[in-house]
Amino acid sequence: MSEQTELSGLKAWLSTDVPASRFQAKSIQFYLGWLKLVSNPLAFLGFLILLVLVFCAMFAPFLAPVDPLTQDLAKRLSPPGVNGYLLGSDELGRDILSRIIYGSRITLFIVTLVAVTAPVFGLLVGTFAGYLGGWIDEVLMRVTDIFLAFPKLVLALAFVAALGAGIENAILAISITAWPAYARIARAETLTIRNSDFISAVRLQGAGTLHIIVRHIWPLCLSSIIVRMTLDMAGIILTAAGLGFLGLGAQPPMPEWGAMISAGRKFILDQWWVATMPGLAIFIVSLGFNLLGDGLRDILDPKKSKS
Amino acid sequence: MNEQETLLRVEDLWVRFPTRNGIVEAVRGISFAVGRERVGIVGESGSGKSMTGRSILRLVRSPGQMTAKEINFKGDNLLDYSERQMRDVRGHKISMVMQDPKFSLNPVMTVGKQISEAYRLHSGASRGAAKRKAIEMLEAVQIREPERVYNSYPHEVSGGMGQRIMIAMMLIPDPDLLIADEPTSALDVTVQMRVLAIMDKLVKDRGMGLIFISHDLQLVSSFCDRVIIMYGGKIVETCKASELHNAQHPYTRGLLAALPQIDEPKAKLEVLDRDPAWRDQESVVAYD
Amino acid sequence: MTSVDITPEARRRKAASPFVRRIKRLGVVLFSILATLFGLLFVTFLIARVMPIDPVLAVVGERASNEIYEAAYKQLGLDKPLVVQFFYYVWDVITGDFGMSTLTARPVLQDIARVFPATLELATLATIIGVVLGIPAGVIAAVNEGRWQDQILRFIGLFGYSMPIFWIGLIGLLIFYGKLGWVGGPGRLDIYYVDIVPSVTGMILIDSLIVRDWTIFWNAVSHIILPASILGYYSLAYISRMTRSFMLEQLGQEYITTARVKGLSETKVIWRHALGNVMIPLITVIVLSYATLLEGSVLTEVIFAWPGLGNYITNALLSADMNAVLGGTVIVGLVFVGLNLLSDILYKFVDPRAR
Repeated sequence: MSEQTELSGLKAWLSTDVPASRFQAKSIQFYLGWLKLVSNPLAFLGFLILLVLVFCAMFAPFLAPVDPLTQDLAKRLSPPGVNGYLLGSDELGRDILSRIIYGSRITLFIVTLVAVTAPVFGLLVGTFAGYLGGWIDEVLMRVTDIFLAFPKLVLALAFVAALGAGIENAILAISITAWPAYARIARAETLTIRNSDFISAVRLQGAGTLHIIVRHIWPLCLSSIIVRMTLDMAGIILTAAGLGFLGLGAQPPMPEWGAMISAGRKFILDQWWVATMPGLAIFIVSLGFNLLGDGLRDILDPKKSKS
Repeated sequence: MNEQETLLRVEDLWVRFPTRNGIVEAVRGISFAVGRERVGIVGESGSGKSMTGRSILRLVRSPGQMTAKEINFKGDNLLDYSERQMRDVRGHKISMVMQDPKFSLNPVMTVGKQISEAYRLHSGASRGAAKRKAIEMLEAVQIREPERVYNSYPHEVSGGMGQRIMIAMMLIPDPDLLIADEPTSALDVTVQMRVLAIMDKLVKDRGMGLIFISHDLQLVSSFCDRVIIMYGGKIVETCKASELHNAQHPYTRGLLAALPQIDEPKAKLEVLDRDPAWRDQESVVAYD
Repeated sequence: MTSVDITPEARRRKAASPFVRRIKRLGVVLFSILATLFGLLFVTFLIARVMPIDPVLAVVGERASNEIYEAAYKQLGLDKPLVVQFFYYVWDVITGDFGMSTLTARPVLQDIARVFPATLELATLATIIGVVLGIPAGVIAAVNEGRWQDQILRFIGLFGYSMPIFWIGLIGLLIFYGKLGWVGGPGRLDIYYVDIVPSVTGMILIDSLIVRDWTIFWNAVSHIILPASILGYYSLAYISRMTRSFMLEQLGQEYITTARVKGLSETKVIWRHALGNVMIPLITVIVLSYATLLEGSVLTEVIFAWPGLGNYITNALLSADMNAVLGGTVIVGLVFVGLNLLSDILYKFVDPRAR
């Protein structure tokens, strides 16, 4: 077919038409997906943004010019570029750039914890409800609907009010409001798959319910859930920032971006940078997740991506 | 048949689609003519027959591209027409009946409104006059209780009725040429004949030309005067329907042989053996 | 020859009396709503019981003696089993008793009734902006799929989903109020105009029009325009994206080709045929976007000092006024459920296939 000369080692292994092992097949899939991602400039931009986020979080002590908690009241509210503060200083003389860099850790912390809890719980509920059907389905869906009946922020507010302000409670509150969407998706996918011939075939071979759900249904739900999760992350960051803005998330002096905006609100008219810079950070990270999510959707669900 | 005026004459029609893997040629330089007669275009899916129908009405949407030396309709080259002039041709001079009324009728508009619209568009008639004409037309396609059907929605009527409504809608502006794109493929066998009979009668009574596009060779040969057989975007054979059994081209012969005959029982049905060389042959010109 | 002119479904449908069918459907819907509302109350009840704040102390104060504490404890019904407490709670909600606000010392429901119209005004104006600008934008994007009009819409949507609303609100205030002076500042009116116009609907725009007080009307406009535009932007981003999606779906349908075959101009094809089909799912989207605005308004109201429900809940939160927080949450939940129900009803009304 092609007159290419022999491809070397890894590339040849990844381009073969006849994978020799499941691992190789999966790696090839991964590689092709990666190529698609790279070829989509906006999606790749999103990926880079997230890479920068992770980088900042991991190497914060090395990247931040000064300690984020150090106050210098003499130099408070310095404009960007003055007194060595690249993005200016806040009302207590702390370097905004350093605070933003350290704040990336908090953002990443929140995002990771929510990403690990909400979709997993939603997947569990959704697949079991969809597969088992009957009254289990009814009850579980009723519960899901109840949680979906609240606007997410308001419910998170109510939870944090009950549990008390703090970053862990904020994460819990956000996860509680986020899981229903995944349950719905998982259930929808399960309903589509459950009547397929291959499920019947596996069942005829004697597979039990748990085996079917875990080994056969979950892998197929995975791509929708991943796409939804990446797109949701953008909204979750905004919700977390909103909670922080109201003082319900990470408590001072932690450099949470939403709380920084709240602190800078008083000075918005004259020292606009105090509130604007953290907001820009939130915007960029959220944008990154959205771009990446769109790109992932094109890769994983090309049919559905046409909208 | 020689005295008949030629309604439509297509010369060297090409339809191309740019895709990620290169240009796909759906129709590759075909030429044919249609008079006030019934011409069938037979082919399998991918043969380009549907695209041919749409090209005549210049309804090939981008990214598809249609080119031709000429598409002559009653003396004028349709390729020279502006979009506005084409809109006057569509429905009014040349009409098209599509395959499945479940999808080809607007689901949120009453049937009557859709038919009236077709009439008012080309006649400027009032709503009342259009309604009366529409009901007349519904009667002409043998729909009982036309008043009730006029106020129904497409999902409330059966397939056969929907197709008759389609025919009514497409014939109400009194076109000269009707293109029928697989008009009975979505219908039950029991209903097919009836719908065809209605279409046949109307076409004959009005002295219209008919282009009948189908994959069903037997149906086309029994219904049409002339048959054009397409394969791979080209015309591979053309002949009178009555002389089909004398067809020369191996594709046509293969199609004929694959049909079970009730008076010639065979132990094994022939399977069509496609020769790739057919795709490269010159397209047969089918002007008569 | 018998002809099957009516489909079996239509025949069956005509057989059962339409009245009976409607009652049956209503029953199912009613049951499902009640179940959801019940669950809603259950969740808020749980939240109230989980909180670390002692509800008795909130009422009697920290220095109350043991006897007073015991008396209040009994009076609040806290000695009864949880299930009984829950039913008391449900009964209270049904009769409209959400308790007293510890901040304002007034019944919570009364407070909420006072602030709700402000949120309503804001959300309604924002939805109008979203619909009037969003639907044509979505149509244009769909018709020009892939071209610059489409890309612009994509970016509008992308920005809408990525920007924190409270941040953009602050920046809006900074630019349009602080630097340019084009709009009014926080609050619904300038200080000296407050409470001049009698409150009929609670919505200042309407109330001032009723008495034809143009000064106050324009002042109210100058204050509402920025928050409504910001919320409207989010509404627009959502509605236009959905419109585009639905329109693309419709433009690929066969009946669109039929319309073109008939000789209709492309404009009529889009606006008369396609849009009619697009409106059906779109109505649901619009109603749901209205519901989402209730959420967005929470933070917007804080930024713009807008005395609405969102601001109320937030203030209550910061003052640990649990009755108010829970009352507000229940009301918001109720409105959400109500709007979802409305969208279902409207859908059945508008889609001839669903009747």
